[in-house]
Amino acid sequence: MSSATEKRRTARRAPGTGPPRGTAGHGAWFLVLPALIPVLALSVGPLLYGILLAFTDAQSGRTAPTRWIGVLNFSDLLHDTLFWESFRIGLVWAVGVTVPQFLLALGLALLLNEDLRLRWLARALAIIPWAMPEVVVGVMWRLVYNPDAGILNETLRDLGLGDGRDWLSGLTTALPAVIVVGVWAGMPQTTVALLAGLQNTPRELHEAAAVDGAGAWRRFRTVTWPALRPIALAITALNFIWNFNSFALVYVLTNGGPGGRTRLPMLFAYEEAFRYGQFGYAAAMGCVMVAVISVFLALFLVGRIRGGDDA
Amino acid sequence: MRTRPGARAGQYAALLGYLVFLALPFLWLLSVAFKPARELGSLHPTWIPEHPTLGNFRQAFDEQPLLHAAFNSLLAAVSAAVIAVVLATPMAYVMARRPTRLARAASGWVVVSQAFPFVLVIIPLFLVLKNLRLIDSVPGLVMVYVVWALPFALWMLVGYVRAVPVELEEAAAIDGAGRLRTLVSVTAPLLAPGIVATGLFAFVTAWNEFFFALVLLKTPEKQTLPVVLTHFIGTEGVADLGPLAAAAFLATLPSLAVFAVVQRRITGGMLAGAVKS
Repeated sequence: MSSATEKRRTARRAPGTGPPRGTAGHGAWFLVLPALIPVLALSVGPLLYGILLAFTDAQSGRTAPTRWIGVLNFSDLLHDTLFWESFRIGLVWAVGVTVPQFLLALGLALLLNEDLRLRWLARALAIIPWAMPEVVVGVMWRLVYNPDAGILNETLRDLGLGDGRDWLSGLTTALPAVIVVGVWAGMPQTTVALLAGLQNTPRELHEAAAVDGAGAWRRFRTVTWPALRPIALAITALNFIWNFNSFALVYVLTNGGPGGRTRLPMLFAYEEAFRYGQFGYAAAMGCVMVAVISVFLALFLVGRIRGGDDA
Repeated sequence: MRTRPGARAGQYAALLGYLVFLALPFLWLLSVAFKPARELGSLHPTWIPEHPTLGNFRQAFDEQPLLHAAFNSLLAAVSAAVIAVVLATPMAYVMARRPTRLARAASGWVVVSQAFPFVLVIIPLFLVLKNLRLIDSVPGLVMVYVVWALPFALWMLVGYVRAVPVELEEAAAIDGAGRLRTLVSVTAPLLAPGIVATGLFAFVTAWNEFFFALVLLKTPEKQTLPVVLTHFIGTEGVADLGPLAAAAFLATLPSLAVFAVVQRRITGGMLAGAVKS
């Protein structure tokens, strides 16, 4: 949060009376501790420990003491073609999910912002993917994609579009098939966020633009989008990070198969750590992922500060 | 604002497309859950079961310890939600009313923590919990869930605190109420709906969580519903479709119920936090 933003907000809240008011006076730091201590103990602590582990040869069930091995894990990782392949798949997946997710969500948010009759139904339905456990979403789409008993192939047969295939085990179809599921699962949150952004844009501006004779596309470009941009940027960066880190959905759908074609980095690291017991090596993978994600996090923070200015 | 009839028709067509895309997978899950095995084996599946049955549900309970799993999930999710909200409320109050440097640093951390690849955190946690003999136990999982739920709980709560007018607290202070008295009798009641919504959201995230539960819980009797669900899918990836669908449907009900009740508050609160904090 920029201090300029902070100052302005304070000024708005309490014109001319100095610092923010309320009953949280001096000594309020005490109230922060109950949340801060567990967070430090169970997330900052493990995070730092995890980074340390990346420089050791830690393994599960080994009797010899763990040794410091410097950057050996990282130099091994550099030559691990399987890891970089999973990294590439992770990027394809994250982009492949995030972009359609955003575009579809934007479309739905714009529709829901209009005075349409079935709006309530769409809102209600949009809750379902959001409320469902990811494991259930995976199970559900396995049923849809099922080569024999699935509805997708049956529908395609009915439409005369081919004889049906095993989407999740096809070398070329598996990744697109799981991407569709990712889009379905994450679209609602994005829709709701964008819808809130739309409802914050002043209606009068729209009306003024309409009176001036601006068409729908022009009104979107000159009025809607500028107001929506900060939240759109923030939600997209966050979605990208979440998608890049995702695990449960693909674990249930394909478990990384066929032949590693859907093995996201998280699945790779999970196997390395908890199937082969290579804790140090898997921690190094986590570090590399953090480094990449930081870039997108920076993007998000920039978007959030802008959002704060506009709010 | 007027919209041309052609555009209106296009909008309805698009909305219909969205409705189909959103609803059909879920309807298919329901269809499979209520179909007898014979119909599931048929090469031409139908949307509506010809002979609907509850047999899949019975079979699901017979095959896997679903009741155990549901109880574990409930225990983990309720404890995590209650503890997270109790810990987060005071901090959210400070962050909303008096953003000290500490509170601001914490708020930055809230954002950053959303971005971890969990694998980097779970390996050390696994080692630590193993040394504390808290592996394969619901309390160990609850500890992880609490910390994991705190960021979002904070975010939502800050928004709710901001919505309580400071003027009310000041009026109480002028009337001679002490700081604690003001908090308890003025602020808390106004904050209660927001606290409940935050708790329910924490409940849903913990109820749905899979990765930590998969790593930390090994004995079938200790596992939560999402983990047990994956046992219906055999090692070869071959699944007993009917019971799988039945169990999956049951696992969704609690979160669907919670969302149906508090959807407006949850989205409102999250957005207040996300947009303004």
